[in-house]
Order: sequence, then C-alpha cells, then structure tokens
Amino acid sequence: MSKQAKVIEIDEVAIRFSGDSGDGMQLTGTLFSDTSALFGNDVSTFPDYPAEIRAPQGTVGGVSGFQVHFGHTQVNTPGDYCDVLVAMNPAALKANFRWIKPDGIIIFDRDAFDEKNIKKAGYDKDPLKEEPTDGIQLIGAPISSMTRETLKDIGLDQKSILRSKNMFALGIVSWLYDRPLEHAIDFFQRKFAKKPVLIDANTQVLQAGYNYAGNIQALTVSFKVRPADIEPGIYRNINGNTAAAWGIIAAAEKAGLPVFLGSYPITPATGILEEMAARKDLGVVSFQAEDEIAGICTAIGGSFAGSLAATSTSGPGLALKSEAIGLAVITELPLVIVNVQRGGPSTGLPTKTEQSDLMQALYGRNGESPVVVIASSTPSNCFDYAFEASRIALERMTPVILLTDGFLANGTEPWKIPDMDDFPDINPPIAKEGSKDWLPYNRDEHTLAREWAKAGIPGLEHRVGGLEKMAGSGNVSYVPENHEYMVGIREEKVNRVEDMIPEQEIIGDPDADLLIIGWGGTYGHLVTAVSEIQREGYKVALAHFNYIKPLPKNTGEILGQFKKHLVCELNLGQFAHYLRMNYPKYNYLQYNKVQGLPFIVQELKDFILKNLEEK
Amino acid sequence: MEIKELVPADFKSDQMVRWCAGCGDHAILNSIQKALPRLGIKHEDFAFISGIGCSSRFPYYMNTYGFHGIHGRAAAIASGVKTANPELSVWVITGDGDSLAIGGNHFIHLIRRNVDLNLILFNNQIYGLTKGQYSPTSEHGTVTKTSPLGTVERPFKPGALAIGARGTFFARTIDVMTKLSTEIYVKAAQHKGTSIVEVLQNCVIFSDKVWADISDRKYRDDRVIVLENDQPMIYGKDRDKGLMLKDGGLLPVQIEKNGVTEDDLLVHDSHNPFAGLHVALANMEYPDFPVALGVIRDCQETASYETAVANQIKEAQSQAKSKSIKEIMLSGSTWEVK
Ligand code: SF4
Repeated sequence: MSKQAKVIEIDEVAIRFSGDSGDGMQLTGTLFSDTSALFGNDVSTFPDYPAEIRAPQGTVGGVSGFQVHFGHTQVNTPGDYCDVLVAMNPAALKANFRWIKPDGIIIFDRDAFDEKNIKKAGYDKDPLKEEPTDGIQLIGAPISSMTRETLKDIGLDQKSILRSKNMFALGIVSWLYDRPLEHAIDFFQRKFAKKPVLIDANTQVLQAGYNYAGNIQALTVSFKVRPADIEPGIYRNINGNTAAAWGIIAAAEKAGLPVFLGSYPITPATGILEEMAARKDLGVVSFQAEDEIAGICTAIGGSFAGSLAATSTSGPGLALKSEAIGLAVITELPLVIVNVQRGGPSTGLPTKTEQSDLMQALYGRNGESPVVVIASSTPSNCFDYAFEASRIALERMTPVILLTDGFLANGTEPWKIPDMDDFPDINPPIAKEGSKDWLPYNRDEHTLAREWAKAGIPGLEHRVGGLEKMAGSGNVSYVPENHEYMVGIREEKVNRVEDMIPEQEIIGDPDADLLIIGWGGTYGHLVTAVSEIQREGYKVALAHFNYIKPLPKNTGEILGQFKKHLVCELNLGQFAHYLRMNYPKYNYLQYNKVQGLPFIVQELKDFILKNLEEK
Repeated sequence: MEIKELVPADFKSDQMVRWCAGCGDHAILNSIQKALPRLGIKHEDFAFISGIGCSSRFPYYMNTYGFHGIHGRAAAIASGVKTANPELSVWVITGDGDSLAIGGNHFIHLIRRNVDLNLILFNNQIYGLTKGQYSPTSEHGTVTKTSPLGTVERPFKPGALAIGARGTFFARTIDVMTKLSTEIYVKAAQHKGTSIVEVLQNCVIFSDKVWADISDRKYRDDRVIVLENDQPMIYGKDRDKGLMLKDGGLLPVQIEKNGVTEDDLLVHDSHNPFAGLHVALANMEYPDFPVALGVIRDCQETASYETAVANQIKEAQSQAKSKSIKEIMLSGSTWEVK
C-alpha cells in the first residue's frame, strides 16, 4: 500500500455518514465513533434517522444519517457542520448537502448516482452540478462496483454482497483519518460468529475501502487527530437511554430495593425499556404493558409493593400517563417517570429532538398536582440524573419526572465509568414492622415525606387511593380545610426538595453583563458557544439548569448578578415563561428554535454576539 | 410457618360501609370476607385493588392492604403489585363500566398474560356512581338517562370475552347466593392464573331487578344451573332438568321424558383446555337456557405471568457474568486512559 500522502494534524473533525435507511449508516457511524473513542479522542455523536423504518428506497424521506464529531480537544456537540459527508446515493446528498462545510470533502458512491436514483432524489441531471460544490473536494468512489468485485468469489448472492458496501465507505474514512480497523473487525467476529462468511465479507470490503483510499491520487492528504487530554480512568461509550436505565438500577442498588419498570414502546424512549429488559441478570423486572397508561399503573402497583418503580416514555405517552401521575401524587408513592422529549404536538416528529414538554411535565395534570422535575444535559449524565430522580423519589415519597430528549437518548459520548462509592446512600423512609400507632399519612417533620409501608408488612395494612386523604389517617376525607391543607403540604413537600439538591453553578465570567440560561439537552451547544465567545474576548456567562422544580435555592441570587438574561431553548420559550413566573423582576430575552434539531453553535454565537454588541 | 387462625371479622375495616341499603355489594363483601380465612394466607399478604365506581369503594371496607385506583386501571395496578411481589394474594374489585368500558384494554391483557390474581366483576348493567347511564353490559334497548329511547348498542358478555381473551378461569355467581359465592371465591383464589368471577349484582337504585328473572328465589332453581365439576349438568327445583349436546349446540331437556336419562346429559369438565363448550355454557341466557353459575372454566394450561417472569429472572441471574451495575458498566467495550 502506498502511503506517501501528507499527514496533517487537526484538532477536531465531524463526519456525517448518510445513505438509505437500509444502508447501515447507523452501524457505520457507530463503528467509526467507537474506534475514535478507543483511540482516545473525545467523541460526540448524533443519529438522524427517519420515522419510517423503510421509506421508499432512494428517496429523501428514507435517508438515514449519523454524525460523529471527534477531537483532540473537548468535544461537547456532534458538530454543527461536517468536514466529510459520505453520501451513499443522490438522496443522501440532497438531504445532507446543507450540512457540509464550504471546504469539506464529499465522498459518494458514484455507482449509485445513475439516472434513476438522481430522479428519485429530486434532482434534474447532475446533482454535483446542481449543488454549489465550489471549494468542496468531491471524491466519487465506485463503492458498489468495488464491493462486488471484492466479493465476487465469496459465494454470496448479489443482495448480500451489496449489504457490506457501507464497510467500503468506512474503510475510506478510516484511511483518511488514520483510524485502525481492529475494532470493526472485532465487531464482525462477535456479531457474525454464527455466519463466518459474513465476517470475511465485511472484513474484506472494509480493507478494500481502506486500500482504495490509500491508492487513489484524489486523496493526497490524510489527517491525524491526536488523542484528547482526558482524565485517567476506564471509559466506555454510552447513550442517554442506556445511561438512564443504569442510573435507576444503580439507585436501586444503593437503596437495597428491587427495580420495577412498567413501560410501553415509544420512540425515542424505547431503548430504556430494552435495556431494562436485558437486565434480568441484575434482577430487574420489566413489564411491557398494553399501553402507556398500563405502563405507569403497573409501576405504581410495583411501588405500592415496595420496588423502586419507574416508567419510561416520550411526549404523547406522558400525556396518556397524566391521570396516573396524579394518582402517584396523591398516594405519595415514589415513582420515576423518564420522558424522552421529541417533536410535538401529537405524533409530531417522533425521531427528532425538542424541549417542548417542560410545561406538560410541570403542569400537565388535573388539580394541584406537584411533582419534582429534573433534566439531564448530556448523554452520559442521564445516569447521574436518573440516579438523582430515583433518590429524590424514594427519600421524599413523590413522583419525579426526568426530562431527557431524543438528542441525548440516541447521542453517544465517552463516559468515564463512575465509582459507585462516590454516589450518596439512599434512605427511603420505609415503615418498620411493629411501629406503634403507625399511620399512613403521618409525615417526617423536615422532609414532609410519609412512611412507605410496602404491601406485605404485618400490622401495617392500610388503604391508599385517588380520593383526598385525611391528614394522618389517610382515610377518605371531604373536609374542605383538610383538602386545602393537603394540597398545600404536597406542594411544600416538593418545594423542600431544594434542601437536597446542589446550588446552581455559573460557567464563564461571573462579572459579565449577559447571562445565558439554558436547561437540559442543549448544554453541549451552549457551553461550546459560550466558551468560543469568551475566547474571542467577550465576557459572558452560562447558567445551565438541571433542577427545574424546585429550582436551586440560589437561582434568584444568580439572576440578580447579571444585567441581561437570555434564555435559549428548543421550544417557544417554556423555561423563560417559568422563570418569569418565579422571578418576575427580570426581562428575559429568548432564543428559540423548533425545528426538531439541536442548536447550531454558530447560530447561538451570532445571536449572543448581537446581544453583546447592542448595549 | 404458623399462621394465625383468621375469621371474617379480621377483614372488616373500621370504615362505615356507604353503599345504598339493599345494594348487592353488601352481600359480596360478606361472602369475600368469609372466603379469605379459608385460604391459609397470612392477613398481611392480601391486597385489594379497585378502580372507580360503586364497587370500587370495596378496599376501604377491608382491613387489608388496599388501593383505590383510577377509573379502569385496577387490573394494571394489580398486575404491577403481583409481579413486583408474587407472594401477595391480589384481588381486583371492579364493575362492568370500570373493566369493560374504560378499562377494557387492561381487562383483556390481564387475562391474556394470566397474572395470578382474582378479578371480581360486579355486573349490574349500569353506571351507578354517576347515577344511571347504560354500561357495556346493558341489554340492547335499555332505557337510561343517556339512552332515553333505549340503547342501540350490543352488550358484552363477560364470560365469552374473558374466555375469548384466553382466560384460564371463569366463574359466575349471584350476589344473594352467598354460600355459592364464598365457594367460588375460594376456588378463584386457588386457581394459579387470572381468575375472573362475574357477580350478577343488583343496583337497587338504578337497575333494580335487572337480574330478577333469575335471581328471585321463587323461580331461581328452575332458571339457573350451578355447574359442578365431574357432575352431570342437572338443574331445576326438582332436579328434573338437564343439558345435552345436540347438533353441536346445547339443549335443555327434561329428564325421564322422550327417553332422556341422566346418562344422556353432559358432564361438566371445567378443566378441559378446549374452550368451546365453556363459552357455550357461559353464553346461555334465560329464557332459552338456564343461566350457568359456578366455576365454568378452570384450566391450568399455562404458567402464570409473574411466575414465568420470576423464573426467567432467576435463570438469568444464575447465569449472569455481572452481578452488579458496576460490573455491567465495566462489561463490553471499554478502554483505559492512563
Ligand atoms: S347506586 Fe346501585 S350499585 Fe351503587 S351503591 Fe347504590 S345500589 Fe349499589
């Protein structure tokens, strides 16, 4: 292999793999990002796939994409625009051309750019003439034909042969960025252990793509991204859904309780149910219910019986669960509700990301129905906040809604595997057998949590339910003053959670005039925008919230330190409204985006800079 | 373990029973309280879960663990309770509106899964708590506040629905037949799987006497047949009537007439996995047939859901390489940064 090409060192690269949803782009991207992570880069990924599992082949609607951003420096987002776009057909080019940098590289399967596919994608004649490709390096590789050629003697039919063409593309990109092939080959060996011919096929095609890139004249340089400066430790890649599932299991271990998940499949939350179902080895009980309502109701039953109970869902599912959340509120049972937000309303954009369920989480129930609401902000800290949600639910006997989103749920990043000793103990107020004069609705003076007498403890037989309770005894009560008292105490109980959560931190310049405010899954983009703006010589700060109800104790104090407040979120301004309600003194500016897509760092920077400049 | 001898009074709570005087629910409460001490189950291991409706006040009157849920969802809550703790004896108290209208989905899926719990369906063919609207079991043409000209809907037949959902246990009784009811509740509790007991219940306020054609003592014995396992299907005050199979269907006959003898009658086999005859028996209606009471189907054809779940978990744990979340986190692709 001739490899005299020039090697250029760069800090970070974003690559977008795109093709038909049957082309295996998610796998290609995952293998590349895992390889980069193993190599020691910091990595962030974002899958962008269509809601239809198999939309018509070759059409823009059926294009599936996967963006990998890796770097020698810290990487907080999957990257706004990509340096390399891999397009397996004209539709992939059409769907993704807007994401390529003006000096990027497009690698495309020139065999797939025939008249039929070009028409299907909605181009007239030559896509590469129709798109403004000036400045972009175009590499038309004969991916399909070389895959066929490589595997002509392997004894597979044409269809199976072409299925490995994504590995040819992976080979090209691996050469270009000096990535080893071992991880992918290891993967084939595990995945196809029962079908060795597929191990050979994929390995040969991967190698062929790698060799092809090294041999052609078109690629005169290859790039090197040195390992990032990362804290020592053992790492793995993790996405938000797996992290959330593990966080709940970890909390149950700390509390010494079994886990019960009642759930119903829904995009993009299904991964939580799947991971829980896979954790029977740890004793997790996962109940795939007949609908969203049964999902949460079985969980409430599990909680009544003494498990750390959870339900996982996405926006429309949360809507269906709202009556039952109220039941958990009034029965004061611990319950974790993970809501992986997606584009709404209604079915909306099931595979896209959004932050538009905040108001639903806070208020979307009948009656005065307070719950704790927290939000995770990176794929890996879904672990920490699922743990927190569980800890709060258990120690304070309340439902807790954990908000993640499609971007966090499916995005992956390297995660330093934590030491469980660093996590706090969890001590739920479990009622003890033989407690004298025990009453189901007596409360701890400080936390206002009632005691949890799981069904089966002798002597503590009691009734709970959806009718208003008499304080103390828990008997049904229609006494007006009692109702008002109970409404107040349930609210106060949730508010007192502020005692067990950390204070809000500020990132950036504490003496800046402008405070950027964000919450949840937009952290990576906001922190990148803020630090880049700082690097450009401006003063700016960021308060990124994870605890929403209750807000951290020092929220008012922090807001008071700044002159201007700009709330950035992927909705029409729900958190801004919430802050206006709680801290009405300030004039909250807003930057909102509702496209089903994450922020773009550049658009944030432009808007923030505009605000910084107009004094 | 030694179990304290329990008596019905041990299951009475201190709450005042608020059903209307004369409501069939009172008798059901008594029959269930009589059945529980016979089960050899510890007092603290009973859990009564209900939905919404008159019947669903039931848990408040029981001195056991109880959960008054939300409308239609008792079956789901109870499934969670039983799956989380299979040691408990879980009872769902529900009505025709609660289980067959708003909770229809949970009802059929509970049965399909065969969770080992006992669902007592108070069927009074009416919405009582909301003061008299037709329910999914109201007969076609029933005049109520929401069907002033009579309903145009066809009612569900709970027995056929339950068995059609692959039910493994279905029994029927009448609220006033307390002895039979108690026997049935004991058998329902002993069945390992979902046991559905339909109780024909009188609502004195909104559907009074809706079952009177068959429940009235004056002619009850001639209009119902109490099925007993392995016994020929005989009924009637004078035990002179029976059921035969004819042309693939059931036929009520007079014994010792037209040459019919006891030997020609069907013998009840509630354990028969084949559901066809059980559905036919459950579907019998007065006046063409006697209404079938007793345990119509009691078939142990499959493991109960929570047992299967627990077995899978036990198996998975015994083979598990990772015993804690820490070990799971460290399994698979990891790398070390030094
Ligand atoms: S309304 Fe009917 S069902 Fe309800 S308590 Fe009164 S009699 Fe019983």
